[in-house]
Amino acid sequence: MAAITLKHINKEYGDGYAAVKDVSLDIGDGEFMILVGPSGCGKSTVLRMIVGLEDITSGDIEIGGQRVNEQAPRDRNLSMVFQNYALYPHLTVFENIAFPLRLAKTPDAQVDERVRKAADLLELEEHLERKPANLSGGQRQRVAMGRAIVREAQAFLFDEPLSNLDAKLRGQMRTEISRLQKRLGITTVYVTHDQVEAMTLGHRVAVLRKGVLQQVATPRELYDEPANLFVAGFIGSPPMNFIPATVTDGGFATPFGDVRLPDDRTAGLGDKEVVLLGARPEHFDDASVVDEAVKDRGLTFDAHVDVIEWLGNEQFAYVPYEAPEDIARQLAELERELDSEALRTQLVVALDATSRLPEGQTASLWLDLRKVHVFDPASGANLTMEAPDAAPGAGPAAGDDAVPGAQAESVPDPPTTT
Amino acid sequence: MREFSTRQRVLWIVGGALIIIYCLFPVAWLTSLSFKPPADLTNRQFLPTEPSTENYRQILPGGSAADLFMPALRNSIGISLIATLIAVVLAMFAAYAIARLDFPGKRLILTSALAVAIFPVVSIVTPLFNLWRNIGLYDTWPGLIIPYLSLTLPLSIWTMSAFFREIPWEMEQAAQVDGATSWQAFRRVIVPLAAPGVFTTAIISFFIAWNDFVYGISLTSTSAARPVPAALSFFTGESQFIEPTGAISAAAIIVTIPVVVLVLIFQRRIVAGLTNGAVKG
Repeated sequence: MAAITLKHINKEYGDGYAAVKDVSLDIGDGEFMILVGPSGCGKSTVLRMIVGLEDITSGDIEIGGQRVNEQAPRDRNLSMVFQNYALYPHLTVFENIAFPLRLAKTPDAQVDERVRKAADLLELEEHLERKPANLSGGQRQRVAMGRAIVREAQAFLFDEPLSNLDAKLRGQMRTEISRLQKRLGITTVYVTHDQVEAMTLGHRVAVLRKGVLQQVATPRELYDEPANLFVAGFIGSPPMNFIPATVTDGGFATPFGDVRLPDDRTAGLGDKEVVLLGARPEHFDDASVVDEAVKDRGLTFDAHVDVIEWLGNEQFAYVPYEAPEDIARQLAELERELDSEALRTQLVVALDATSRLPEGQTASLWLDLRKVHVFDPASGANLTMEAPDAAPGAGPAAGDDAVPGAQAESVPDPPTTT
Repeated sequence: MREFSTRQRVLWIVGGALIIIYCLFPVAWLTSLSFKPPADLTNRQFLPTEPSTENYRQILPGGSAADLFMPALRNSIGISLIATLIAVVLAMFAAYAIARLDFPGKRLILTSALAVAIFPVVSIVTPLFNLWRNIGLYDTWPGLIIPYLSLTLPLSIWTMSAFFREIPWEMEQAAQVDGATSWQAFRRVIVPLAAPGVFTTAIISFFIAWNDFVYGISLTSTSAARPVPAALSFFTGESQFIEPTGAISAAAIIVTIPVVVLVLIFQRRIVAGLTNGAVKG
């Protein structure tokens, strides 16, 4: 077991394509670190550089305090689970798991003991004599994990280990990996493009975009205080809504009416003229069910709800709106980067499952302004995040309750057109 | 599998039977010829009137043509096996490098291999004959093995690099992460996985060497190195008026046997699909 430290890692391919740009990351001993990002963001490249399958263009990688840049993969004593498992088809499950031990010339009795222990942990005992071809996807996945845990590696590396499984099995294996990591307490680096895996598994999550590290934080921080537009849009499902707004005297003009945000939310605003307001779907609500006590801390507005999706435990309402063309184009760009496609600018609003808001009609909705983020559309930076710089210690979370009602008051909302 | 209607099935069976008859008729004829006594050879009947093993006795030890046929058989087996072995081992390394590494001149190697493979044998046999006589390779085993390699190597490199490319690179990387050196990864993971390819290549190489006639007849002069296809042309009848057809047929049948045996032994191993289960299924 060991800590892994990445210092200013760069990776440039032969054709000049820079896959990873100046990534620095401290992974503590026993920590479960997730690397997440859309496809092509360089997360797998980082993992492969840690394990030694990819050369490092510049920067240093230290494992357990030792610089390993030039070491071959076999000398780094890491174990890895590949996306397609990479089991050896000509060997039985037993020999697959035993393979690292056989290479290390471990005595037979010890091999047997350790393989059986690993098989026991992963419930593979009855499959030990079978060949990988005869196993199901989940069983193959467990064999691949068995091969990883059978020797005392310094760290586990997972390269999208669950992406080949169907949804149900993926959920089960996710819990299984989490349990295994807690039990063994080994440093783990886990690459995924699935934000649910990222949020549920990791102690900390590193978000990558085009080879650049965007934010490293606990899942909770990532969700509540995204560093920029990209992280905000990537984490959360359905994603955060971005509403174009122009800065007016003491407030913002949005397609849904003028709003005035709490001071702590706009600390980094400076002299920007156009911004994007970010609001998560669950920070909206049906105005009729909002408690009067908090109602004036948000914006109440009328909007045309064109589609409602009822999911049982919650429901989503979709509110299309017109955005200025350059903002719309930028949002579409962001969507594309996040591997999805925005056909139109719309709000996604999460409502309580019991709400009977009618579809295809104008409804009165409420947005909690205490949770709104302000983003700079040009740089993508979260302007709300800069608040702690101005007033150290006063994080946005602490500021929420301290905001006087008068400041959170919204300007009386004019009837909105959709 | 798709279900066939009765009509389709009948057509398939008939079509298959026609192809089998077309392919195997010459072999059947040859077999029949080999069992005919000399008087029967030109009687225009398919079956021998009185099957005899006279032709076989003639070429096997103790027969009149044995000193021509037996050394040739030994030469053929030895030369073909050695040529195959060298070709497979060399091609395995070459194909692995071609499939895995990006090095300057990779395309050049592949294209020149192809060029060598399609180069007409007849045009180089005369210069080779002169060269071999001058450097002492004429009428020796190496004198045949080397030209055979020029035929088998290009083909082996092409087939095997195709097989190596099929093997997911992750296999090897997994082995390296598991603690294997490049050589261990190659020997313990890649070679077993490429086994069907290796066997296929070996069989093809063996056939090429085994069936060669042009080099065999041109680069040898005695039974020291003369292979069977060349030796067959030296068979003579008991008198100059009797054609040695019967003996040649018998010898042809005998040299076919190793080929059939080889295919039967290895056919199960040739069946690809060994990599099933390596990756997601």
